Amino acid sequence: MGWGDLLGRWPVWRQLTGADRTGRGAAARSAATDRLRPRTADADRVVKSICPYCAVGCGQNVYVRDGKVVQIEGDPDSPISRGRLCPKGSATLQLTTGPARETRVLYRRPHGTEWERLDLDTAMDMIADRVIKARRDGWQWTDDEGRRVRRTLGFASLGGATLDNEENYLIKKLFTALGAIQIENQARI
Amino acid sequence: MAECHPVGFQWVMEAKARGATVIHVDPRFTRTSAMADLHVPLRAGSDIAFLGGLIRHVLENEKYFREYVLAYTNAATIVSEEFRDTEDLDGVFSGLDPRRRAYDFSSWRYEDAEVSAPSGLQEMRPEERDRVRGAARGEKHGSGGAEVSAGPMRIRTDETLRHPRCVFQILRRHFARYTPETVERICGIPQETFAKVCELITENSGRERTTAFVYSVGWTQHTVGVQYIRTAAILQTLLGNIGRPGGGILALRGHASIQGSTDIPTLFNLLPGYLPMPHADRGRDLEEYLRAETVRKGHWGNMRSYLVSLLKAWWGEAANADNDFCFDHLPRLTGDHGTYRTVLAQLDGVCKGYFLLGENPAVGSANARLQRLGMAKLDWLVVRDFSLIESATWWKDGPEIETGELRTEDIGTEVFFLPAAAHTEKSGSFTNTQRLLQWHRQAVEPAGDARSDLWFAFELGRRIRAKLADPAYRERHGLDDVEMDRPVLELTWDYPTEGRHGEPDAEAVLAEINGRDAAGRPLSSYLELRPDGSTSCGCWIYCGVYADGVNQADRRRPGSEQDWVAAEWGWAWPMNRRILYNRASADPAGRPWSERKAYLRWDESRRRWVGPDVPDFDPATPPDHEPPPDATGPEALSGTDAFIMQADGKAWLYAPSGLVDGPLPAHYEPQESPFANPLYGQRRNPVRSLPPPGREHFQPSDGERGAQVFPYVATTYRLTEHHTAGGMSRWLPRLSELQPEFFCEVSPELARERGLEHLGWATVITARSAIEARVLVTERMKPLRVQGRWLHQIGLPYHWGPNGLTTGDAANELAHIALDPNVHIQEVKALACDIRPGRRPRGRALRELVEEYRRRAGIDEQTGRQM
Repeated sequence: MGWGDLLGRWPVWRQLTGADRTGRGAAARSAATDRLRPRTADADRVVKSICPYCAVGCGQNVYVRDGKVVQIEGDPDSPISRGRLCPKGSATLQLTTGPARETRVLYRRPHGTEWERLDLDTAMDMIADRVIKARRDGWQWTDDEGRRVRRTLGFASLGGATLDNEENYLIKKLFTALGAIQIENQARI
Repeated sequence: MAECHPVGFQWVMEAKARGATVIHVDPRFTRTSAMADLHVPLRAGSDIAFLGGLIRHVLENEKYFREYVLAYTNAATIVSEEFRDTEDLDGVFSGLDPRRRAYDFSSWRYEDAEVSAPSGLQEMRPEERDRVRGAARGEKHGSGGAEVSAGPMRIRTDETLRHPRCVFQILRRHFARYTPETVERICGIPQETFAKVCELITENSGRERTTAFVYSVGWTQHTVGVQYIRTAAILQTLLGNIGRPGGGILALRGHASIQGSTDIPTLFNLLPGYLPMPHADRGRDLEEYLRAETVRKGHWGNMRSYLVSLLKAWWGEAANADNDFCFDHLPRLTGDHGTYRTVLAQLDGVCKGYFLLGENPAVGSANARLQRLGMAKLDWLVVRDFSLIESATWWKDGPEIETGELRTEDIGTEVFFLPAAAHTEKSGSFTNTQRLLQWHRQAVEPAGDARSDLWFAFELGRRIRAKLADPAYRERHGLDDVEMDRPVLELTWDYPTEGRHGEPDAEAVLAEINGRDAAGRPLSSYLELRPDGSTSCGCWIYCGVYADGVNQADRRRPGSEQDWVAAEWGWAWPMNRRILYNRASADPAGRPWSERKAYLRWDESRRRWVGPDVPDFDPATPPDHEPPPDATGPEALSGTDAFIMQADGKAWLYAPSGLVDGPLPAHYEPQESPFANPLYGQRRNPVRSLPPPGREHFQPSDGERGAQVFPYVATTYRLTEHHTAGGMSRWLPRLSELQPEFFCEVSPELARERGLEHLGWATVITARSAIEARVLVTERMKPLRVQGRWLHQIGLPYHWGPNGLTTGDAANELAHIALDPNVHIQEVKALACDIRPGRRPRGRALRELVEEYRRRAGIDEQTGRQM
């Protein structure tokens, strides 16, 4: 490598002699810059998704590598968002992969002062037992005026506006079949 | 909009770049105001007076779109002689029973039309009516298709609009007193600013131009919330701005699928597709339900097909004509069973178990303390979320532990926290704010115990059904009532599963929602639904989302390859229609009102409606179509009945039925207000919903002793960088860094008046609680001149709570649970309060401070409860 080549790699030289006199473009480029690659470039696949925050419904591209989500960006194809995301939408990677996500079932027994661990299968079984009991304890065939109501006031549910339509459908279907009527979500709040 | 829906706001900016004028009406100056041509600050809680003033301007100055109004609205319809307006009765409508605090609607009807409003109510005894009314019936039908006539419809009209009892003249009289002077007195908007708004809006409406209104919970969260939207509807209809491109009244909603969770409702009063839940007084069997709820004309006329198809989707083979298609399997309502009523039921020990599915009421619901006290009475609580939100940990570290009101060891509630899967970890559809279903595909499997709510609901149902079907389990638990369990055991609950965790196939659920014919083939439109049980459909308005067995919500033809309507991106209900009531985009003869605003047109040579959208009705129905006199349902619509869901095919300037608090909007003060109502002796909405005494303290309002203790108005709102009650934002380092602390926004004048220091602390107090916040002194908050006094307003973002990376008090601690009587939403947008410098007291002293304020204001059980 001659002196000329070495000198040509010196940004100051390039700034003084090249077209990029402000030193904010080609003159500032280094080998390290050239080696930089976007996280999206090494993704195994791109999965089409929708932003989970507000109801504008911006398109998202979810980049997956080795079975892990590595980046989430706006989807330029979306006629709604045209590739843009707001501060919340741009933080979706942190929302979905950040350390604040709990991944284990926690249990607080009556009058307990701390959380305890519980396996998912046991928890689901305990919850099913409790629903059956609360449903029966709060059951009404008729109300206090003798009108047929076929329902339970024993348990209630709140939530759904952050969930999928299919999830709301199964929740409404199951809880209604159980006779529950106190089924609500953020739409009333 | 720029703050809470920034990416949607890009289209406002596109419009502005093409010459549109942007007006921002908001008590606060925000990022939206910064981009607007005109910012109009007003007093929180005064919008009906503002919009009413606009309506008066339009009527008095002949600025309405006369041809549109005559063709497509009920302006010409004659109203019953018995009707008396708020103008006649000092602020109440005819039919008010002060003892029951409820209206009898019979006098609101059209002349000669047999009223049944909201359908069927008039046949009932008064106490029965109260119960049905309490069950949020106004919300059924979504788009408002309450019945106006039980028999063949011959509605009397006066096309000259001169008859003193025609809707048009009633409107003129009703809004005559909403003058610019009145608007100034009530809203604090100077007359010259108001004149500018009037001019801009009317100049931008008519044949050649359209104006759009965009609103959010700033309009809905009031004790007269529904009537706010009604006022906008009257204005937009008079101006001809509905059903046309660039027009409309657009609700911007704050959760990814809050529209979807209303369409497929996890709501007490509705079944999927806005079918009302059966009521004990009018839903004893299928026939009685249909008689009470079905209208004769329009698309609601086919309610039997929608309901029977839903029952077939839920109970399959078990549902047949001999057993009313299992109609009796449905539980019945007897009144309000909404979320705030549920909290009272928890406090009363009636409701013992509670599921929280991605919702954080300990921060996000009004009177947050009451929410936590309710949870402390439960036997069990299941919280499904990403992180340990306040609703999961209140028993350990909630505010009541600090004040000593609750002791962890004394709380018997068993709490299960189940981690939820994120949208990247499951497939499914969200319905966005414009009725558009968009599919998100699973990218990865959820980690650890995290599961989708689809899995949770399916698995819970599977286990409950297995237990109830097991004779040994029944024996062991003394379950001897088999009939009680038939609806669960006969439920269709068989979905294919996939993946490592056995997640149900979301597309199979979507296919059930879409519906099938007798041969099991996917339906393509709700027009194919049948009343005889030969079709099934989980939500009739979503029928077609799985047409041809293709997931239409997952269509992703890039916007750049489509026209501006982009009909091949996702799927909008109903029938992929992007603008509702689009028949109104053309004149009665089927010609566009103007080439500039052309959308749909009748093509005589092809005998079809043509344009970039799906027409409102059969594309082959000519504009001059007259239905046969005995036709019912959609077939009874004429070629000019543009409002196809309405029982008379018209947009309602005057609502003869469907609302429980009046056929027209009137300005009422909020539940708690530092001001009197200058328009009427009736101060507040006389039929607003109040909790029973003993659970809630209300404050006195202006003119009542003690009102001066709460001289300011607080309004809650959201920030760009946080999301609702914080569960999806306060745990994220990035967002927490962008908005690191709870604050209150106050004007320099208020800061001087109360000695508040910028970046210092302030305590905000109501009769419910006191909270502390950092002070942001800013000219963005402008004092307003209202009724001859200066009013200071306080802005409170409501995202914070004690958990997460960024913490603070919850604004909802301050709020009360007086509700809108139609939909039972809380009034958090206009709260009278006090503010003082410094941090709030800790421990028991916090409750003592609130007690002291109550004493000073003379608050007792009856305060604020006068009609």
